[in-house]
Order: sequence, then C-alpha cells, then structure tokens
Amino acid sequence: MFKLEKRPEQSQKWIYLSPFLAVLITMISGGILFATLGENPFEAIRIIFWDPLFDPSFASYSRPQLLVKAGPLILIAIGLSFGFKAGVWNIGAEGQYILGAIFGASVALAFYPMESKLIFPLMIIAGALGGFLWGLIPALLKAKLNTNEILVSLMLVYVAESILASVSQGLLKNPDGYGFPGSRNLQNYASAANVEIIANSGMHWGVLFAFITVIFSYIILTKHIQGFNIQLTGQAPRASKFAGVNPTANIVFCLGISGALAGLAGMFEVSGPSGQITIEFNSGYGFTAIIVAFLGRLHPIGIFLSGLLIALTYIGGELAQLMLGLPGASIQLFQGMLLFFLLATDLFANYKVKIGANK
Amino acid sequence: MIKKLLEINGISKTYPGVIANSDISFNINTGEVHALLGENGAGKSTLVKIIYGLVKPDSGNLLLNGVPFRPGTPSEARKAGIAMVFQHFSLFEALSVAENISLGMDNPPNQRDLGKKIKSVSESYGLPLDPAKTVGELSVGGRQRVEIIRCLLQNPKLLVMDEPTSVLTPQEVDILFKTLLKLRSEGTSILYISHKLEEIRKLCDTATILRLGKKVDTCTPEKTSTKKLAEMMVGSTIKAPEKLNKPAGRVMLNVNNICCVSKSQFGTSLTNVTFDLRQGKILGIGGVAGNGQDELFAVLSGEQFSQHGSIGLNGINITKFNPNQRRKIGLLSAPEERLGHAAAPNMSLIENTLITAENSQNLVSRGFIDWKKSKAFAEKVIKKFDVRTPGSQNTAGSLSGGNLQKFVIGREILQNPSVFIVNQPTWGVDAAAASSIRQALLTLSENGAAILVISQDLDELLEISDQFAALNGGALSRIEKTADLSMEQIGLMMGGAKDLEVHNV
Amino acid sequence: MDFSSINPALLIASLMVSATPILLAAIGEAVVEKSGVLNLGVEGMMIVGAVVGFIVAVNTDTPLLGFVCAAIISGIFSIIFGILTQYLKSNQVATGLGLTLVGLGLSALLGRPYEGMKSPTLKALEIPFFSDIPVLGKMLFSHDLMIYFSIFLVTLVWWFLKYTHAGMVLRAVGENHDAAHALGYKVVLVRMLAIMFGGATSGLGGAYISLARVPQWTEGMTAGAGWIALAIVVFASWRPWRVLFGAYIFGGVTVLQLNLQAAGASIPVEYLSMSPYLITIVVLVIISSRGNQGAPASLGRPFHASS
Repeated sequence: MFKLEKRPEQSQKWIYLSPFLAVLITMISGGILFATLGENPFEAIRIIFWDPLFDPSFASYSRPQLLVKAGPLILIAIGLSFGFKAGVWNIGAEGQYILGAIFGASVALAFYPMESKLIFPLMIIAGALGGFLWGLIPALLKAKLNTNEILVSLMLVYVAESILASVSQGLLKNPDGYGFPGSRNLQNYASAANVEIIANSGMHWGVLFAFITVIFSYIILTKHIQGFNIQLTGQAPRASKFAGVNPTANIVFCLGISGALAGLAGMFEVSGPSGQITIEFNSGYGFTAIIVAFLGRLHPIGIFLSGLLIALTYIGGELAQLMLGLPGASIQLFQGMLLFFLLATDLFANYKVKIGANK
Repeated sequence: MIKKLLEINGISKTYPGVIANSDISFNINTGEVHALLGENGAGKSTLVKIIYGLVKPDSGNLLLNGVPFRPGTPSEARKAGIAMVFQHFSLFEALSVAENISLGMDNPPNQRDLGKKIKSVSESYGLPLDPAKTVGELSVGGRQRVEIIRCLLQNPKLLVMDEPTSVLTPQEVDILFKTLLKLRSEGTSILYISHKLEEIRKLCDTATILRLGKKVDTCTPEKTSTKKLAEMMVGSTIKAPEKLNKPAGRVMLNVNNICCVSKSQFGTSLTNVTFDLRQGKILGIGGVAGNGQDELFAVLSGEQFSQHGSIGLNGINITKFNPNQRRKIGLLSAPEERLGHAAAPNMSLIENTLITAENSQNLVSRGFIDWKKSKAFAEKVIKKFDVRTPGSQNTAGSLSGGNLQKFVIGREILQNPSVFIVNQPTWGVDAAAASSIRQALLTLSENGAAILVISQDLDELLEISDQFAALNGGALSRIEKTADLSMEQIGLMMGGAKDLEVHNV
Repeated sequence: MDFSSINPALLIASLMVSATPILLAAIGEAVVEKSGVLNLGVEGMMIVGAVVGFIVAVNTDTPLLGFVCAAIISGIFSIIFGILTQYLKSNQVATGLGLTLVGLGLSALLGRPYEGMKSPTLKALEIPFFSDIPVLGKMLFSHDLMIYFSIFLVTLVWWFLKYTHAGMVLRAVGENHDAAHALGYKVVLVRMLAIMFGGATSGLGGAYISLARVPQWTEGMTAGAGWIALAIVVFASWRPWRVLFGAYIFGGVTVLQLNLQAAGASIPVEYLSMSPYLITIVVLVIISSRGNQGAPASLGRPFHASS
C-alpha cells in the first residue's frame, strides 16, 4: 500500500514536472488505446505528435495550422485561468466564443460592402464586448445573488448555440446565398478579413493577440496587485475579504476578462479561418481550453506551451483520421485523458508518497 | 486497594520532523481523575489519539486491566470501554441531538428508545438535553453536553476529556465538575487534558506532565504549587507581561448601538452593542464562543457592515468603510483564524504582507507591487517579533501556530495602529509566544493605541485588559473595571445576567 | 397555430418520459452530494450510459440488459472520478469537468458504428385495471418499467437517507468529514460507494435517453441533461421528493416547448429550444436569492485524514 503525507509547502519541482509526466503517461496509455483499436501504437503516436511538424508531405500544410488552432485555445485558456485561480469557474467559454463571433460578424455585415480601415478594429471591440457581456451574466448573478456560475455559464452555452442557429438562418444569413444557412464569407470582404500577418505561417491577428495576452497576463499575475488579489481570493477567500478585495469587482473582472478573451477568439475565428457564421461554427475550443488552462498550470507561459501541444493533438488527430482512419473522437478522449493524468500527478506536488508497509 | 485500569508503557510516535511522543509511560487507576498536563504541542493529543485508536504508536504498548490493548479503530476502543470528548467537537450541526449520539455508538437503539434514554441519563447527571433539537441550534456548552452524554450512554470505564472547560463559563465549569466527580464516585476513571493549572489542582487526583513529547513527571496536583506545575509544563519560568497603569487618553473609537445579522446559518447576530475605546487602554471582551465574537470582529474590521447605529474613529464616521479604508486612517485588526483569514496558507510571508500592509508601507505603486519593499517589511516583522522560520519566502502554512500568530500580530503592530482590534490573540499558541504577544499588546497600548481584545481566555483578559465586558447572545454586558471584578461576577456577566446582584441564575 | 393538437393526458405521459433521464441522474447526484462530494461529471456519465445501453440493447435485442450494462459501466466509469478525488486528492470541480469531457469523447468513439440505428425499446407495462382507467390510465399507468423504477428509486433514497443507520452515516460524512473520521467512520469508503451509486443512476438516465426517449444514438445526445440534473439537485435542496418534483417540472417545460414547436407556435423554434436552459437559469437565480439552504457542509471540500 502507499501512504500520503501532506507537504508543508507545495513542491515547486513537481509543479513543473507533473505536466510532463502526465503527457508521457498519456502517450503510453494512448498507445495502448490505439493498439486495442488495432493500430500500431508507435506509428499512431508518431503520426499525431511528429508528422504534422516534420513529415515533408504534411508539414507545409500542418505547421501553419498549429498556430491557427493554438491561437484561440491560448486566448480562451488565459482568460479562464484568471477565473480558475480566483475560484470562479467559468465553463461557458464556448458560449462567449459564439457571442463574440456573432457580435464581430454583425459589425462587419452591417458595414458591408463599405471598405474602411476602421471596420476591423471595430469588429475587435465588438467581439470582445459580445463575449464580455455574455460572461457578465453569470458574473453579476454570482456576485449579487450567489448563483452558481458553473451551471449558469454552461446553460448559456446552449442558449448561445440556439442564438447561433437562429442568426445563421435569419438575421445574418447571406442574402446572396441561394437560401443556404450561413452568413457572407468575411474572407471575401477585405475590410473585415482577419488575414495572415506573415504568409503561410498561420500567424493571423488572433494569434498575435494571443501572444500579447500571454505577456500581459504574465505581468498582471506576477507584478500587479490585481493579479495578487485574484490569487488571494482563490486560495483564501476570507483573507481576501479581510484584505479589502471587493468580491463583486473580482468576480466581474475574472468572468468579464475570460468572456472578452473568448469573444475575441470567436471574432478572429469567424473573420479568419472559419470565414462565416454557420450553425456548426463552434467546434469545442471553449471546452478544450479548460484542459489547456489546467495542463498549463494556470500559468501564462505554461498555457502558451500547452496550447501548442493541444493544437498539435488536433492536427495530429486529423492526420491520424486521414492516414489510419482513427475516429476523430479518439483525440477528444486523448485530451481528456491528458487532463486526468495531470490531475492525478498533481498529487506529487501536494503530497509525499511513501510506498511500503502501512504501519 | 488501588487497581490499575490502563497502563501506558513506553509509547513513542514520530511524525516527519516532529517527535510527538517519546517513550511515555504512566498508569491510570480505576476511579481516579488523572490529569494530562502540557502546552500546545507537548504531545497530549497524539497520546490520546493512540488510546482512542485513531493513531497507531511506532513502539510501546498499552495494557487495559492487565490485558494487552491495541485498538485499531475508535470503535474497538469504545467496545473496550474507552470514551472520548473531543476539544473540537465531533458533531454534525445539521443533524439532531439523537442522531449525533447514535452516530457515536456502536449498537445504537432505535431513535425513539434512544431519545428516552438521552432524556433520563442527561437529567440524572444534571446536564438536561432535548434529543430532537438540531445540534446547530445549541450553545457551545450544550454541544459539549451532547458529547458527554454520547460517552456516558456507553458506560465507559475510562472517559477522556480534551480541554473541556475552554469553552465554558465559570458556572458551567462547576456543573461539569460535579458531573465528573459523580462519575468518579461510580468508579469511572477520567483522563483530563488541560493546561489550566488551577482547574487541575481543584479536580484531579494525579497529574502527568508532558513537555516536547516526553513525560516530565507524575505528581499529586493538590500538593504541588501552581508555580511548580507551570515550571514543569513550560520548562522555564515565563516572565508575566508587565503592565503600567497610565491614565486613559481621549476616546479614539466610538461604537454606538450597532446591530449585525450573522451571515452563517448557526451564527449569533449582534444586538445594540455600544462601547468606547480610549487611547492607552485595553478593553477586554470575554464570553463563551459563538456569542457574537466573530460578528463583532467583522463589523469592526469592516468585513461586514452594521445594519444600524454607527462607528466613529476620531470623529470620522467609518460605519460603511471597508477594511482598507479603515486601515488608511489607522484602524487595524487581527482575526482569530490565522490560516485562511489573517494569512493565506500557501502564500509566502512576503506575499502575506500585502494582505494588510499594502497602503501603510507603500508596497504598491500605481497598481504594481514593490516586491523588494514587501520582502523588507516581512523580514522586519520576522526580526522584531522573533518569528522562527527559515526565511521570508516560506509559506505561512509551514509555520507553527505560535510563530504564524507572532507574524500576524507583528504585521499589524509594526504599522503603528491608532486603534487595534484583535480576536483571540493567543489561541492555540505556546506559552512563550503567548507571553510575548501579550507584552506586545501592552507596549502598543502604552504607546497610546486604543485596543480591543476579544478572547475566550479569561486569564488572558484579566492579565492585560483595563476594562472587561462579556458578550452573551450577541449583546454586550456592562463594562466594568477589570481590577474590581471577581471570578463569580465575570461568570454572571458571561452568562448574561443583567444585574450583578442576582446570584442564582 | 393549433393548440387543440396538444392532448393533456399525452402531455403528462410524455412529461414523465422526458423527465425520467434527469430524475435518474439527479437522484444519484443528490446522494453523492449528500456525502459531501460534488461530481460535475454527470453529463459524461450519462452519455457513457447512453452509448453503452444502446450498444448492448442493439446487439442483444434486450433493452433491459442495456440498462443493466449502462448502470454497471457508468458506475465503473465514475470510479475514475472517485480514485482521483478521494485517493489522489484532486480538485473535484476540475475532475468532474474532466469526466464530462472524457465521457463525451469516449461515447463518440464507441458509438460511431451505431450512428443512425434504431434501438429496441422497452415495452409499456400495462398495469391491469389501472391502465384501463380513462385518461388517468393512459397518463400514469401505461409506462415502461424504468419510469416506475425511477419513482421507486426516489422512494428508496428517501427511506435510506431518513430511516437507515447507513443513510445517517452518509449524511454525517457529508456534513463534517473530520468528525465522522474521528468517530471511526470510513469517509473515503462511504464517498466511493456514493460516487458509484451516482455513476450507476446517471448511466441509467443516459440509457433512458438512447433507449426510450429518442430511441437512437447520436453523438452528444444528452445535450446538457446532466448539467440540468445538477441544477435540479440544488433546486431540490438535496431532498429526494423535491428532486422528483423538480425533474417533472423540467420535463413539463421541455415537453410543452416541443408541443408548441409541433403545433407551429409563432415563436421561432430556436427560442423555444433554448427555453429549458433559460428556465434552469431562472430557477437557479430564484433558489440562490433565498439562500442555498440544506447544502451539506462539507460539499466539495477535500478530505485528508490528518492522523
């Protein structure tokens, strides 16, 4: 039997080590999973983690995709990490992402076909605002009435999906679309298109925003009193009240920021890689970002790295689908397993594990 | 003839970094009240947990009635006739008295029979209880009764009581002692854990003294002086804080008729509390736990607002000021709970300075934290208040209770408060640290601060406060000069007697 | 619009059908939360139950066996949550979310070959005499076995929590795990059993969706039912009969909006289909504004025996 002994202080070594251990265990058990599905586990792991970046026949397509997928994941996960640190559980980023996209696209479509340099900045503001407002609903309910933010933010995802379905068949439907649901393609509208900053790199404006957000959040969390207050609230809510932190402002800040960032991610997606509002516009980034945030230890740099890793599993997963016919869902499962193993290995940071006779 | 009930032979138990018990041996006889005396951290709790089957010793053995006794679980210990009343009650607030008692029994009868039994046993021992009541609605004394009755229903041979009087009024203590003496006369042995010397001299037949995990001595407390007992317990003589009697200065804090509805389900709301704090004086507020102490502290620190009435600081109305606004004009406070309220356990001492000293020490400018200054302030607190820690980057949770409390109190005192509110300044702290904290409070007061000390430790209040009042059911008693009060009067004040002339309540 | 197409007796009958998955999941989660554990993985456990039940029922042509297997597999699935939170001390909120994400992935993987198939359904149990009562008979006494079972389960949980010693221990563990430990109760064991029970009933609830309510398999078909079950536990203040009441109210709203859609109400379909979620939010707001009474005091707090 093994025995747990609580450490007086969290082990710094294990905080950094456990994500790597989790990735390793996930690869091993993923391999076992693929083997049971009748595939060569080594080949499958290679196709997912290596080929997208280094195989000459895929890399030219896959490498830019890495940033395209990582951008929204990082952007959303950074926002979520603020809330998770403060003990405010926003799990409705998917809904905020949708609303950001709808707001951003609406601005663009309202100006169509006028061309102006102001349109794209305006869309950015609208996208952030859309996500912010959607995040504000659970925030205010939590702050004023102590309503459970987990359930409210999640319910709002389903509401957002209904709104998305409605606008893509109604309000924002392409009048020249021969009756098909879905908006105009913003990629074909120069003033509203979120284009690559460097050609064939995948680096569009959203990715740039994600990188800037990483730096900003690093500064806020390590140097700014607001970042300190967030962490204090999460670790010792009573101490934060004693320190004079305004709980309402704190909750609104956390949910508002994560909403705004998720909204931005949605806006950049609809004006860039996706191009248009459709019923199937959202693809689960809001949920996957939860895994990204935890895998990155709620730390900006960690989130940056884990965002890239999870993006890689997306692309690798698509490749595996193509090459081996592995079902797409197996990647979702893979990502979930990663979260589980990470949570399990967290044990080492907080406890000493003693193996031996249980006296 | 004296018959040994429980023989404790060479018990040792080590936790990582701490030797909790080291080769402890003594005997408990049938029908005796045996005191286990020692400071916080002397190893009393560990020893008791071993006897009750919650902890297994590394070495040593127990003999019960001459037969080897190795309880693996509390239920085995109970079957062998050992019952225990915990210091932090093991009760379930949302459950009824009968359910609570039933949970502590191994073969509980059905609820209706149990209810009848509870009624009859509790009345025969002078501790009446209503089995249908929810425990959360009971006073602290009432909750202790539930624990005691739970034990008595099993006809224990040995009753272990861990610091039972720390939560009782002097009158309730008398009732408890009568019950214990009745039990003794019926042949039950009692292991009585305490650090209150007077009490032990009054009640106990034998005393075993522990210090730093080792047995120091076994003696007859009646024949040993309090001073001698204290020296054995602490290991050295501890200088009592010195108190100068300076004349009172002007009123600094004026609390007028405040009321506050408690936020917790089983809390006590404050009703019409009025008092003044003067420069250079300490007002001590006593009372049994759960009579509105937490609410009073929260209203004064600014964590909660009074529904009516007012609080004035030096002429400024601060009734609706939050904790930080109050700090800016010189009102500082230190709450009872060190971990999670006064300090964040997983944050370093440097980070913990930011909780209250952000403004007075200019630790933040334009929203950005000056980590150098924070570190310097943390180290100043550590040095001036003799906080034992490897360094300021260590987490608050890694400090011992006494050291963290010194840090918390020191953090506030070094900001030179003009008004200082403190709740339970030495709760769960070793004697040396407690003495130095009390001295620091007296020095602060001599330097002209107005101080309010809320405490359940009457000895502490008698030692340092100039004036005394008690909280009962959320209302404040009359405020009296501490020097003029007898223990009996204090007990009546704590019990809520309006008029001190009435003696039989 | 034609409201006459809405038949009240059928409405009540279909209300019970649409409420049952949520009821099954919620009654299990109520027990889990009573023991002091917050398992946010209900949605994941339900969808695993849905897919397992479907696969077994299709392959054996025995819906009942589908339900049994769904309960067993979801119960086993919930053990992952139990081991992580109870033995490895992981954060309950994060682990619950993880369980949901893994459940969704796993079910999509397992169910892919079964997309679009139809499952055998449970036959309605015609209760002699009662089911022949006009209106009432159709409304209340012509349902399949699982509906009666779900009501039986609510009764069982109510009796267990209120009248049995084991039920009292479970409540005590949820109320104050340190005290329960000090009295010698096995906190972790009690919680593991509660978690597994919650997993099993969630699995039954999921299987009811894929085997009775819809009855076919589509990816992500639970569509938030698990989350709504969590909301209903809060709404019910952790009391079994109120869980039943809450689930049926919710079933009523769902059925009504479906009927309105079918009747061609002038409200756009999207607004009708978002109504269950909006109503859940409104209910949560009402509950929270009067204070969350009756929440187990140790709910969601990690337990580590200090000795």
